[in-house]
Amino acid sequence: MNQQTASQPGLMTQNAYDVKDLNLWYGDHHALKDVSLEIQKNQVTSIIGPSGCGKSTFVKTLNRMVEEVPGVRTTGNIMYHGRNILDPDIKVEALRARVGMVFQKPNPFPKSILNNVTFGPKLHGIHDKKKLLEIAEKSLVDAALWDEVKDRLHDNAYGLSGGQQQRLCIARCLAVEPDVLLLDEPTSALDPIASFKVEELIDQLKARYSIVIVTHSMQQAARISDMTAFFLNGEVIEYDRTEIMFARPADERTNNYISGRFG
Amino acid sequence: MDMEQSRNLSQVAEPTSLQRQTDDSFFTSNSVQKRINRRIWLDWLARKVFFFSMIFALLVLGVLIVQVVRDSIGWLDVQFLTSNLSRFAEKAGIKGAIRGSAMLMLVVIPTSVIIGVATAVYLEEFAHKGRFHAFIQTNIANLAGVPSVIFGLLGLTVFGRLFGLGSSILAGGLTLSLLVLPTIVVASQEAIRAVPGFLRDASYGLGATHWTTIWRIVLPTAMPGILTGTILAISRAIGETAPLVVLGIPTLIMKLPDSIMDDFTALPIQIYYWTLDAVLTKEYANLAAATIIILMALLFALNSIAIVIRNKYSHKY
Amino acid sequence: MNSIESAAPQKPRRNFKLKSRKYERYIPAFFILAASISIITTVGIVLTLFNDALHFFRAVPLKDVFSTELAPLAAEPKFGFIPLITGTVLTSLIAMLVATPIGLTAAIYMSQFATDRVRKVVKPIIELLAGIPTIVYGFFAYSFVTPLLTRLIPTLEAKNVLSPGIVMGIMIIPLVTSLSEDAMSSVPNAIREAALGLGSTKLEASVQVVLPAALSGVIASIVLGISRAVGETMIVAIASGSSKRFTLDVTQSIQTMTGYIVEFTSGDAGSGTIGYYSLYAVGLILFAFTLLLNMTAQHISRKFREVY
Repeated sequence: MNQQTASQPGLMTQNAYDVKDLNLWYGDHHALKDVSLEIQKNQVTSIIGPSGCGKSTFVKTLNRMVEEVPGVRTTGNIMYHGRNILDPDIKVEALRARVGMVFQKPNPFPKSILNNVTFGPKLHGIHDKKKLLEIAEKSLVDAALWDEVKDRLHDNAYGLSGGQQQRLCIARCLAVEPDVLLLDEPTSALDPIASFKVEELIDQLKARYSIVIVTHSMQQAARISDMTAFFLNGEVIEYDRTEIMFARPADERTNNYISGRFG
Repeated sequence: MDMEQSRNLSQVAEPTSLQRQTDDSFFTSNSVQKRINRRIWLDWLARKVFFFSMIFALLVLGVLIVQVVRDSIGWLDVQFLTSNLSRFAEKAGIKGAIRGSAMLMLVVIPTSVIIGVATAVYLEEFAHKGRFHAFIQTNIANLAGVPSVIFGLLGLTVFGRLFGLGSSILAGGLTLSLLVLPTIVVASQEAIRAVPGFLRDASYGLGATHWTTIWRIVLPTAMPGILTGTILAISRAIGETAPLVVLGIPTLIMKLPDSIMDDFTALPIQIYYWTLDAVLTKEYANLAAATIIILMALLFALNSIAIVIRNKYSHKY
Repeated sequence: MNSIESAAPQKPRRNFKLKSRKYERYIPAFFILAASISIITTVGIVLTLFNDALHFFRAVPLKDVFSTELAPLAAEPKFGFIPLITGTVLTSLIAMLVATPIGLTAAIYMSQFATDRVRKVVKPIIELLAGIPTIVYGFFAYSFVTPLLTRLIPTLEAKNVLSPGIVMGIMIIPLVTSLSEDAMSSVPNAIREAALGLGSTKLEASVQVVLPAALSGVIASIVLGISRAVGETMIVAIASGSSKRFTLDVTQSIQTMTGYIVEFTSGDAGSGTIGYYSLYAVGLILFAFTLLLNMTAQHISRKFREVY
């Protein structure tokens, strides 16, 4: 089964990402300072912290979306599958096919539901209609949306509710079979019921994917995540198992944030 | 368990499923990887081609300017600017054309500005946003798209024959005023709309009437935008040829115009007639080129003034 | 409580009918008059065209009008308009074949690939191109483009379709570029990010997501371009000649509807003749064409604005 991996020790690690000494500058602004983290496989890792602390920036470096902003500079390593993804040799299109991202405000394409989900597979050369439909069904089932849309796959995605659109965006990511999902405040634009459905979904998904979620709701972090990282001013202040972090935070700043003294 | 199985599909060459690599062979070649390389190459190619498209227009502009300058070397001098027309190319000058264009603008500017700004004021300040309002708006939008020859036909029939103005400056000026009217209306409307509500409210709060507010607050505040629009309209009017040709502007006119009832010639008309006749007399092409330089210099000056006005007086409320 | 209410400043009511100055009553009338001038203009255009075109259509049977024989100055004048219509269609077609690909790809580059700095420099220069009087383009066609084309195509006549067609296309590029670029820039960035996040290249995001989303705005710009090409006069008047022969050969001379009007009013037709009225008939057809095109473009772009 895993002969290839057995001969290359150290790669069958427990980590989805190994971040070491990551620094990032937006022009002159030092946005991320010496960030080092190990994102674990098949766990939900939440990133919390006050506004402007670098949470979104950090997560966007994990799939190099941060490069879409001009004037961005990085140093350090982000090891993913044994390679440093910050290496300019790594092709960003290949990376993003393995690392999916869901954004704060649901952003489905102004196309049909089916065409939204099959966008990714088509990029990779799958054009057989039957196969695409199979993939779409599987992704929509995994995103807990299939039953609600199976009769209207050709309807425009904009006709869905906010929560459904967000689950569609998740399905869209799942269609290219990533192994990591990055969620940037995925429920902040949704009502409580829709948020709850998405959180349930995240819980189901972690069996097959490594999930990193940025959230400004500590209650959400406490509910769904296994590991939590607290960011402040671009630095990781504390990173530990969620139960420990919330019950007995090691750093006083963490304690202050969690108990609401600032943020 | 599921995960392990799906990740060990490393065989299939043809992508009927998303090619799955084992974890450590993520970056080695397979058909998806090759396909990614091809897609990136296509992106690179498109970038080059599309960039060329973008500068194509600039290149053409450059070629045009070089061509015109080259054709006019030796012909653009003080004698050219101060002489009257002549059948002999070396003696010909655009004194009459400059005067004609200038006097034309003397008609166009007040006419189009007064009517245009008044229309804009009506649309923004007086009319209720109903069917009539929408009707006038659509009408103006349609007028903006009518070809200039049609305005020429209108001018010929109404101003030239009906009003008996023939091919005088007045006839030409009125025709051109109607042509550029939509430009001024639209620009003025935008400028008036941009006047912030709190300025009007302050005026009303002090007890001013509607008209006083318009005259003393709204219009002065909107003035830079209105001016820019006016300059745009004048730029257009100075370069318009077709309506004047339809009106019947003569090819060779020696007498300089003294009043707006006189016949005239204008800069674009001269360019037109000289270019047409350049087949017979090659030197006419040079005269046309020299006139183009004068015309473009004029337009450049006008547009620069517009930009200065816009930058200097646009307050951000 | 009463004292508080009366002490507070009363909010002045806006009374548009406040007749504090007598003349103010008449002010709205002045403005209504000004606004109606635009309506009078349109009515004037329609009446002028219809009136004199009617004279023409009464004198010339429709069968002759839709023929390919055009010879207004012959001993036995013929007034078939087909050569003019094909002339207009041919030149406009060539113009759009030039303007659409170049204009569209330039717009894609400017809105999807170019940096802010590049865009800030290039955009005004392209606007500059849009402000060049068409007579200058006409001169350019005569003095540069036609000689250049003649070297490439030796059988090209001095007056032909290709030269003005290409130059018209160049003239229309700024229109297509700026309107298409506006349309593509108003597509929300979030959608573009979604495509890039799935691993698409910028090209794929632009062509498969942004362009389809901006499609009606782009189409509106193309339709407007066609309208411009159809109504363009000076470039064709100079470079396409005045041959009234019906032909589809782009190396030969033709005449467009606009060229016909301009040629005739330069003195050849006396007022009251059928030739004179034929101008208005052609003008009417031209007006109808461009009106239809412009209304189509407005309708399409309104549908686009509803979405975003």
